Amino acid sequence: MLKILKYSFYDLIRSRWSYVYFLFYLALGFVLLFLNNDVSKAVITLMNVIIVLIPLIGTIFGVMYYYNSREFTELLLAQPIKRSSIFMGQYFGVAGSLTLSLVLGLGIPFVLYGLMQSNAIFDFSLLLVTGAFLTFIFVGLSFVIAISNENKIKGFGYAVLLWLFLAVIYDGLFLMSLIVFEEYPLDKFSLVATILNPIDLSRILILLKLDISALLGYTGAIFKKFFGTNLGFLISLAILLLWSILPILGLRYKAGKKDF
Amino acid sequence: MRASIWKVCNTCENSSIKETIARAHAYDTLLVQKGRYREFEILVDKPLVIRGIGYPIVDGEKKGEIFRVTSDHVTLDGLFIVNVGVSYTKDNAAIRVIQSKNFQIKNMVLEQLFFGIYLEKSSHGKVYHNRIIGEAVDEYNSGNGIQLWYSSDIEVLKNHVQGTRDGIYLEFSDRVTISENVSMDNLRYGLHFMFSNNDIYTNNTFENNGAGVAVMFSKFITMKNNTFRKNWGTAAYGMLLKEINDAEIKGNIFEENTIGINIEGSNRIKYTDNDFIGNGWAIRVIGACYTNSFKGNNFLYNSFDISYNSKLNDNVFEGNFWSSYTGYDLDKDGIGDVPYRPVKLFSYVVNRTPETIVLLRSLFMDIIDFSERVSPVFTPDNLKDAQPLMKVRS
Repeated sequence: MLKILKYSFYDLIRSRWSYVYFLFYLALGFVLLFLNNDVSKAVITLMNVIIVLIPLIGTIFGVMYYYNSREFTELLLAQPIKRSSIFMGQYFGVAGSLTLSLVLGLGIPFVLYGLMQSNAIFDFSLLLVTGAFLTFIFVGLSFVIAISNENKIKGFGYAVLLWLFLAVIYDGLFLMSLIVFEEYPLDKFSLVATILNPIDLSRILILLKLDISALLGYTGAIFKKFFGTNLGFLISLAILLLWSILPILGLRYKAGKKDF
Repeated sequence: MRASIWKVCNTCENSSIKETIARAHAYDTLLVQKGRYREFEILVDKPLVIRGIGYPIVDGEKKGEIFRVTSDHVTLDGLFIVNVGVSYTKDNAAIRVIQSKNFQIKNMVLEQLFFGIYLEKSSHGKVYHNRIIGEAVDEYNSGNGIQLWYSSDIEVLKNHVQGTRDGIYLEFSDRVTISENVSMDNLRYGLHFMFSNNDIYTNNTFENNGAGVAVMFSKFITMKNNTFRKNWGTAAYGMLLKEINDAEIKGNIFEENTIGINIEGSNRIKYTDNDFIGNGWAIRVIGACYTNSFKGNNFLYNSFDISYNSKLNDNVFEGNFWSSYTGYDLDKDGIGDVPYRPVKLFSYVVNRTPETIVLLRSLFMDIIDFSERVSPVFTPDNLKDAQPLMKVRS
């Protein structure tokens, strides 16, 4: 598995897309800091970008990589290698290289602009950690979708739909249910609904760490009470971890069963 | 009769302020020399000038009130007053002025206090250039910095108040001028204002107070060129207006407050030339506010420009600059050709169901805000700025 991981990883590292992705974050980081010159403000703006773009890029990249390397995968399958290690290797290769691009691309400008001296370092590392989690989650989900669909168009369609659902539609349904049931106490419900969606969870986790959390008012206080404690924080990390493990298990299961 | 000068010092014949006041005649001057005077409940019952030389310390040893002025024409100048007694039954003050006219309190430094300067049924006085530093921790056992109660025609100028419960507190006080004061880090309000009419406050700075500034139940107030900064917290306001009528709010700066101005039941107020910068809500209107006008203000980078909880709008927005305005100006007259709608759908939704605020900064909200802006359905149709400025009013 490590060999394949290494191969996929280096293959991607050398590919143009990784550079584009890396340069994109590098430029984003520098431009934000250049315009803002305030690390903590830049973190807020960055959050908006991260919670939308990372899942999208993870999804598209994962599906694309799977379909593109299909022939190579078939070649590997003919070798005496365990199936799970082939797919795990590819998965970790893709997710790892994307995460590396993200961490380096954003990390370099922030470090250069004196992140180490500012007290935003914790917010920023949280941002990177959630970004990494989102990458792993969405690459995993897209691999599962790709392996379940022979048809490329269908696979792409489902993957984008999944992103659309979690990034936009879920919030829409969430909002609708909040408005429909406004007569009822909704604190617990909104807490649970937030936790169940990795994008929402990441957004709230970051928001609560920033000044802007004061805008959340009463509901924010309840969220803060939950996420502010070590237990709440551990639970949310556990949920993110669960979200990343579930697609991996699905991938292993599908890979084991699939007839190539 | 000639006014004489009394010298008070620790080693002099007159070593006590209290006793010297008893000996002095009206219109005399007491020069209090540098030193520490352990005295409290000093009654000033005749017109005197009590002047400190080199900031003598008057130490109340936490036993009670320190100065009590009951006469007209009293001047207190340059004393350093510490250790006012905290009481749960009496509002002990460092300086209490009762039914006095033409008094002056200036250049005082007050520390470790309960109430600072307490003016009671007094008028035509001046509170000038004092420094009041409290160490308030809890609201129930702390007092206000400068308190005016049933006092009128008073000038409060160039004072610095910090770390008290309410920095400056006015109740039933008319025709008061409050200028160039700094009120910061107070537990509750920087300035608290109740049932006080025809007051003017200009060029003050209110910063990092627990709940900002509250102006309530008052008429004909003028507020100009004040700065409200960093009043940030779940229950903090730059300024809270409640039942204020016929006021003028001009040239103020509201910067980084959770809510810039919270308006409730306030009518006929003119908001002109104010800057709202980086607030959570720049203006939040809650119920029954009629015939207000917002003209020539700058709204820069607020999370929400205006929040409104009714569909009825009787207020005028005209010629403001909105940083999130995306319109164009074909005829180059500096005024945008498309009206700007300052109320986002999201803020409307949040007003209806407060829990929905958890969707703050989500992609979905941005999308529906955009569609609402293109064709308003939920927000008041006439709530718009038909002449938004293209450039920041400088």
